Amino acid sequence: MANFIIWRLLATLLLLLIVSLLVFWACEILPGDVAQVALGQYATPENVRALRIEMGLNEPPVQRYLAWLAGAVQGDWGRSLVTKSSVSALLSERVANTALLAGVTTLIAVPLAIFLGVVMAMWNGRAVDRGASVVILALSATPEFLLATLLVLLFAVNLGWLPAVAYLSTGSGLGQTVRALLLPTASLVVVVTAQIARMTRAIIGNILTQPYIEMAMLKGVPDRRVVARHALRNAVGPIANVVALNTAYLVSGIVVVETIFAYPGLARLMIDSVQSRDLPVVQACAMIFCATYVLLILLADVLARVFDPRSLPQRPMDAI
Amino acid sequence: MTSVSASKRPSPTLLISIAILSIFVLIGLVSLVALPQDPFDFITDEPFRPAAAGMWLGSDYLGRDVLSRLMDGTRITLFMALSATLLAHLIGDTLGLLAATRGGFVDTVLSRIVDVILALPKIIVGLVVVAALGSSIPVIIGIAAVVYSAGVFRIARALGNDLKEMEYIKLARSRGEGMGWILFGEMMPHVGKPLATDFAIRASFAILFMSSLSFVGLGVQPPMADWGGMARENLGGLSTNPLAAIGPAIAIALVSIALNLLVDSLDGDARH
Repeated sequence: MANFIIWRLLATLLLLLIVSLLVFWACEILPGDVAQVALGQYATPENVRALRIEMGLNEPPVQRYLAWLAGAVQGDWGRSLVTKSSVSALLSERVANTALLAGVTTLIAVPLAIFLGVVMAMWNGRAVDRGASVVILALSATPEFLLATLLVLLFAVNLGWLPAVAYLSTGSGLGQTVRALLLPTASLVVVVTAQIARMTRAIIGNILTQPYIEMAMLKGVPDRRVVARHALRNAVGPIANVVALNTAYLVSGIVVVETIFAYPGLARLMIDSVQSRDLPVVQACAMIFCATYVLLILLADVLARVFDPRSLPQRPMDAI
Repeated sequence: MTSVSASKRPSPTLLISIAILSIFVLIGLVSLVALPQDPFDFITDEPFRPAAAGMWLGSDYLGRDVLSRLMDGTRITLFMALSATLLAHLIGDTLGLLAATRGGFVDTVLSRIVDVILALPKIIVGLVVVAALGSSIPVIIGIAAVVYSAGVFRIARALGNDLKEMEYIKLARSRGEGMGWILFGEMMPHVGKPLATDFAIRASFAILFMSSLSFVGLGVQPPMADWGGMARENLGGLSTNPLAAIGPAIAIALVSIALNLLVDSLDGDARH
């Protein structure tokens, strides 16, 4: 077990190193010159030359990569090309806001989805299961922005109950924060729940066809106990994996939802920075998103291993 | 006996999904020839005019005809989805089958690259590439193709691994056939069906992925618009003409759901 965890940890670190190389390199191949882009219309040859020296762009790329990586590890992501302030100052509040949105969504969506998935699997093939399966299939194939737009249309435009824009400032009270979070969270919960419920149903349904379940049923164990005591325990590993994988849906959902509700989160910051080509900020955001995602997958692999030592990490295909 | 005759009849979901997809393909084709209005022409100075006769879906934020732009967007969206998925399969199938057949070093290297791609959230990869290369239709198609080819590779490689021990493949190899013939002449016919199923589901992923990019403003650039772009640019008019934003979003949902239902009913048929 310890060996497995150490190996996976090393593999994850290697992966993050590769990611950092790719992210750094992607921002290097920018057509034109970073200094030129940063200066925009003020890019006279003298200015460009001065800024290149100031930004250290005349150093060889390897040296700059190492300096950047060393800074990033210590939480120093350099300076924004647009606002000139330090990137980590820009990040701190945004990261907290996105973590809040993602955390609340996960806390609601995961139990709900597992409950739905289990109920559907228990009522396999009956009208409830078939009805719910169609609805969930439809929801999981629906773009997040359709759901979010419909919610805005209903609750903000037609009923006027909730704000269409999620203002979130440090001074706002609990009530205001909850109101601001309701619609973005609801949109995300629907998307993520549909995905997890769909896969949980498949996992439990699969386990329920196993001989030991049939054995338990034949000796007269009630259905509910079969699922709770026999099936669910073996499903923890795969479900943990599915939940971790769904962070991928959560990430793409967050990108869209933060856009619609003008939510001041990390994804919004990243999109704005991509638009203004503020590369240090893009690099930082990309690394934070990737690192979180990769670490969650690692956690799921370890969990799966703890609950079922036979299992090798087995991943459903891949996500959006 | 009844079950045999019943299974031969195509399921209603299959028919519905094929009908939805054909309608959209038809709209895309029609938009090549004729549109009710010029999709780029400001035909009214009233933004977000509600639907009315002659302007069946109203006007958008610049007073352009939503219906015409939706039809034009059908062509763009479907073209992008199809070319991205085709490219993803071209790359993924070829390399996946090659990795399975060759094994060894080639397999290891390709599999590790694919592991890296699959270990990253796709939308973030998309954002980084757009930051580096800028946003244009070829770039978006390229990103989607590469990102989704990784999943295709996994499937093609698994299918290829099952096949490569088959007598007829061994025979072909000992006959000294070239790799191209083994992959496409011998293997492809046997893995065509599962790969075709994957194509449909992959296309729905690609549509959602690319319209999300457009929706956040980093996909197709104005004045052109795919469905995702339309849903974004008309978000401000929800109170007067909600159809301008919701219409294109519903179109995406319909195509994506139809593709999912198609795959589901094909899988169901295969099981019976």
